[in-house]
Amino acid sequence: MNTETTNIASSNKMTTRNVDVFYGEKQAINGVSIDIDMENVTAFIGPSGCGKSTFLRTMNRMNDTIPSCRVTGEITLDGEDIYAPSMDVVQLRARVGMVFQKPNPFPKSIYDNIAYGPRIHGLASGKDELDQIVEKSLQRAGLWNEVKDRLNESGTALSGGQQQRLCIARAIAVDPEVILMDEPCSALDPIATAKIEELIHELRGKYAIVIVTHNMQQAARVSQRTAFFHLGTMVEYGDTSEMFTNPQEERTRDYITGRYG
Amino acid sequence: MNTTNNSTEHTVKAFDSDISEMRGLIAEIGGRAEKSISLAMKALANNDLDLAREVVKNDKQIDALEEKIDRMVIQTIALRAPMADDLRELVATLKISGVVERIGDYAKNIAKRVAVIDNDLHIEPASLLPAMAQAASQLVDDALTAYATRDADLADQVCERDRVVDDFYNTIFRSLVTHMVDNPKHIGAGAHFLFIAKNLERIGDHATNVAEMVYFAVTGENIGERERGDNPSDPLYSED
Repeated sequence: MNTETTNIASSNKMTTRNVDVFYGEKQAINGVSIDIDMENVTAFIGPSGCGKSTFLRTMNRMNDTIPSCRVTGEITLDGEDIYAPSMDVVQLRARVGMVFQKPNPFPKSIYDNIAYGPRIHGLASGKDELDQIVEKSLQRAGLWNEVKDRLNESGTALSGGQQQRLCIARAIAVDPEVILMDEPCSALDPIATAKIEELIHELRGKYAIVIVTHNMQQAARVSQRTAFFHLGTMVEYGDTSEMFTNPQEERTRDYITGRYG
Repeated sequence: MNTTNNSTEHTVKAFDSDISEMRGLIAEIGGRAEKSISLAMKALANNDLDLAREVVKNDKQIDALEEKIDRMVIQTIALRAPMADDLRELVATLKISGVVERIGDYAKNIAKRVAVIDNDLHIEPASLLPAMAQAASQLVDDALTAYATRDADLADQVCERDRVVDDFYNTIFRSLVTHMVDNPKHIGAGAHFLFIAKNLERIGDHATNVAEMVYFAVTGENIGERERGDNPSDPLYSED
């Protein structure tokens, strides 16, 4: 088993060491250690039930909402333990944003979808500043030109792909450092998927991005680093180009070439 | 380290049958190229013009096979999005089909010379050509066996053994030149034999190319660049 991580010490944004996750008695994640850096998009791949989403959710403590879930080991953001008692979870989730499989805009206007986070976190001192944040976030998410004339319409009236970009804009609006994406394109058509992938490419470097995907071609297209999960362990972690042309582990090869199972 | 085990089947069985069909086509094009070499050499030995024409004619089938393999590889890449060893094998298959087609061209070129060589002349150095052809043809055969069995060690041996063919070439080159100096009337035929030797030497190089691709497909790594036997001692470089 290869759970060694590559050390790019200077730019590690998030680091996990020997992370175990339990749902009650059942162990879902077994000793995962990984470094996430700012320069690269990291993709988590693996078959259903391998633990990749569970592991992703430990990174902004989304698993806290599941009572039977227990996380051990160490996960740090800029060297700070995110499971420390002193950690403000609301603040943490602003710093480590998340985008889900199904677009989940609030049943509010497009404007309010974006403005919601900055308002509750007190990031804007007035209407003008809030307007700026909304515009900047929508621009970064590649949605501004499509919605700028209808900011007061409901976010749920947008197409699926636009809704997902709205959700990304909403995550960006609170100025996060890390964005976690859990299968962000699985409910989208190929064109909307391509737009999200292009967006991921543009956001690379501004935020540390981790994406869970079932679509290996997508992992190959958007990421520079890929981690392969199987049965709760991280089997292999390396450069995406290497993982997809010459994986070192038999299990990785069997999965990416379609021999798994 | 990557293993050479390729026995596990794909979940999508049709992919496995695509791959085995392509392997079959490579075996076929390789077999035809080897046959062309031996028939061309036989035509040369017996001054058999009909046989020589047959080699030229057969080359069209080799060309058609190459096209068929290329189309199939491209289609498979487009439809199946292969990864890792599958991708490497398909890329190797694409390149190998082109290289084997070239081997067929060299055999055809030998066959074309049968008609223009005056076979009444006794040119002693040319008597080494059948043995050289045998060595080159064996390299092609072994390289294709390495492909069929995904045998990186055999591929490595093929690259190493290309020196034998290069040594033949150097020997034949020197003795032919010497012979032509002594027998100016044999220069025309001697030049054809030189080209035939060069063709066989190129066939050996191409067998090496096939072996290199096999090695890459199996291991994911390039075979160590080895010193080529021909250049340093190539008579073209070492003699005036």
